[in-house]
Amino acid sequence: MSETILEVRNLKKYFDTPKGKLHAVDDINFSIEEGKTLGLVGESGCGKSTTGRVILRLLNATDGEIIYKGRDIRTLSKNEMRELRKEIQIIFQDPFSSLDPRMTVSEIIEEPIKLNKLIVDKEKRFERVIELMDLVGLSRRLINTYPHELDGGRRQRIGIARALALNTKFIVCDEPVSALDVSIQAQILNLLNELQEKLKLTYIFITHDLSVVNHFSDDIAVMYLGKLVEKASSESLFNNPIHPYTQALLSAIPRASLDNKVEKIILKGEITSPINPKDNCRFADRCNYATDICREKEPELEEVAPGHFVACHHFKG
Amino acid sequence: MILNNSILNVEDLVIRYVTEDGIVEAVNGVNIKIEKGKTLGLVGETGAGKTTTALSILKLIPDPPGEVVKGNITLSDIDIMKADENKMEEIRGEVVSMIFQDPMTALNPVITVGDQISEAIYIHQNVSKKEATEKAKEMLEMVGIPGNRLGEYPHQFSGGMKQRVVIAIALSCSPKLLIADEPTTALDVTIQAQVLELMRELKKKFQMSMLMITHDLGVVVEVCDDVAIMYAGRIIEQGTLEDIFRSTKHPYTEGLFNSIPSIDDRKAKLKPIRGLMSDPYDLPKGCAFCDRCDYQMEICKTMKPEKVHFSDTHFVECHLYNKNKDFKLNNGGK
Repeated sequence: MSETILEVRNLKKYFDTPKGKLHAVDDINFSIEEGKTLGLVGESGCGKSTTGRVILRLLNATDGEIIYKGRDIRTLSKNEMRELRKEIQIIFQDPFSSLDPRMTVSEIIEEPIKLNKLIVDKEKRFERVIELMDLVGLSRRLINTYPHELDGGRRQRIGIARALALNTKFIVCDEPVSALDVSIQAQILNLLNELQEKLKLTYIFITHDLSVVNHFSDDIAVMYLGKLVEKASSESLFNNPIHPYTQALLSAIPRASLDNKVEKIILKGEITSPINPKDNCRFADRCNYATDICREKEPELEEVAPGHFVACHHFKG
Repeated sequence: MILNNSILNVEDLVIRYVTEDGIVEAVNGVNIKIEKGKTLGLVGETGAGKTTTALSILKLIPDPPGEVVKGNITLSDIDIMKADENKMEEIRGEVVSMIFQDPMTALNPVITVGDQISEAIYIHQNVSKKEATEKAKEMLEMVGIPGNRLGEYPHQFSGGMKQRVVIAIALSCSPKLLIADEPTTALDVTIQAQVLELMRELKKKFQMSMLMITHDLGVVVEVCDDVAIMYAGRIIEQGTLEDIFRSTKHPYTEGLFNSIPSIDDRKAKLKPIRGLMSDPYDLPKGCAFCDRCDYQMEICKTMKPEKVHFSDTHFVECHLYNKNKDFKLNNGGK
């Protein structure tokens, strides 16, 4: 078994709003082994992106521990954090707004290397940029172009090259393909897969699209309103989804096939407000199986089968 | 004229945009026919010309830079090409309406949803303001929103609810044709499922025809009867759901299928289509898909492919089938 690279314990992130405390991430636990991918899945507002940002300390957590290679990221000093950022990186969803429009491709990729004084010699740095461009499949002739001249897929490749520019070991991929066309989406997914194998990377793959994570992840954690509702290996989660929300989410995906039709579970209503949530099951209002206990008590995440965790009063495997 | 059931008939439509950088050939000879009560899915990637085609039906192509070079559009026996602006104002909303992708920007933020729905009813139907409001309330309830929220503003609604409001506006005058441009792309999957379900119900109820623009073949399966695959401004393959899904003919259509991560088969490897769509400023002389095609032949570089028909419903534009209609793609059909 490979080693645990990241462990998140009782992680919380609350935001103060005029209406009260917004519980974006509310007491979640998970761990990832080195070289593996964890898919963090959920719909808008479930707290998946906040989780990714809190792990990288782009946002400060309200409470909990983020143990990366044995050290709690939350306790690191500014200098230690700067050192660590050479290893942990993020790829953003929108390659249109995450790149500086006034920098050329080579400047964008070169920047982190230069700032971290990783390669001081200008010529060697240039060689490294070329190497990175080759690695992510960017043609060398694009080296002096600006982001606006390129399509979404190529821009996302720049974002990936930049994330890999340092001694990267761990990447938070925040919806890296949702802004791209399907044919390009497949190119980027395959690229991320190859890079993982080649460079032994560990990913947290944040997405709303279960079919994308299915292809990609070793383990999957499903989030709903700041809580983890189900956590399992991809295989176990897809073959045997247990939480009513996971089941609905799986059934709602439009399948591009005339065979294996799946009965759709249509959920009532929409996601409720994460501001000052009550101590009950947060999915209860939309759940087709909700009873009194669901409206009174919050379900704990319990292991219902080896490695398969579910937070539900009624469904326990 | 031959008596037929078709609501929309587009013939040989050519549209281009004249810009400072050159001429963008957006739509290059498109034919579309939709019968009463049927839904056609127009599928393609960014820049394929789907939205331009749709806008031309409403005569909403911005001119300049847009320019409808040639073609005929007949909508419910009305010649759109000859209709003037006054006539178009009558047609829009009454005969055809459109739902846009982004419900966040499709609504006016400073007008209540009630007023936005009743506006269309008041303009098109001979009713008093009060009656229009009454009808607006009915419409709102029909799309699953409590009627007493009539006086609220768009920002008080969630994304899914806003799209329901947009649907209510579009259907308020019972149009014969509804054009839906990626109506669920901006929504979460569980909300998407709700909205698609609603659209299916309403389509049946109003016996409406629909042109569904989407890039998602999964959505196509859920709502469409026929499918047209668009690439670089042309429909390169068209057929019924069965035709397209079970006997895929065009290499691009095959590529689209292979690019989709399948939820039911996680071991299947993704086979992306290599390269990018050709530059619309400079389309190749031959087949526009040629550079990205795994089956490329000499003839593809120099000659545009002609239509090859496999049945009354199914055709493809590809040189592979010129001599041999039985040619099989590596992975054709799913």
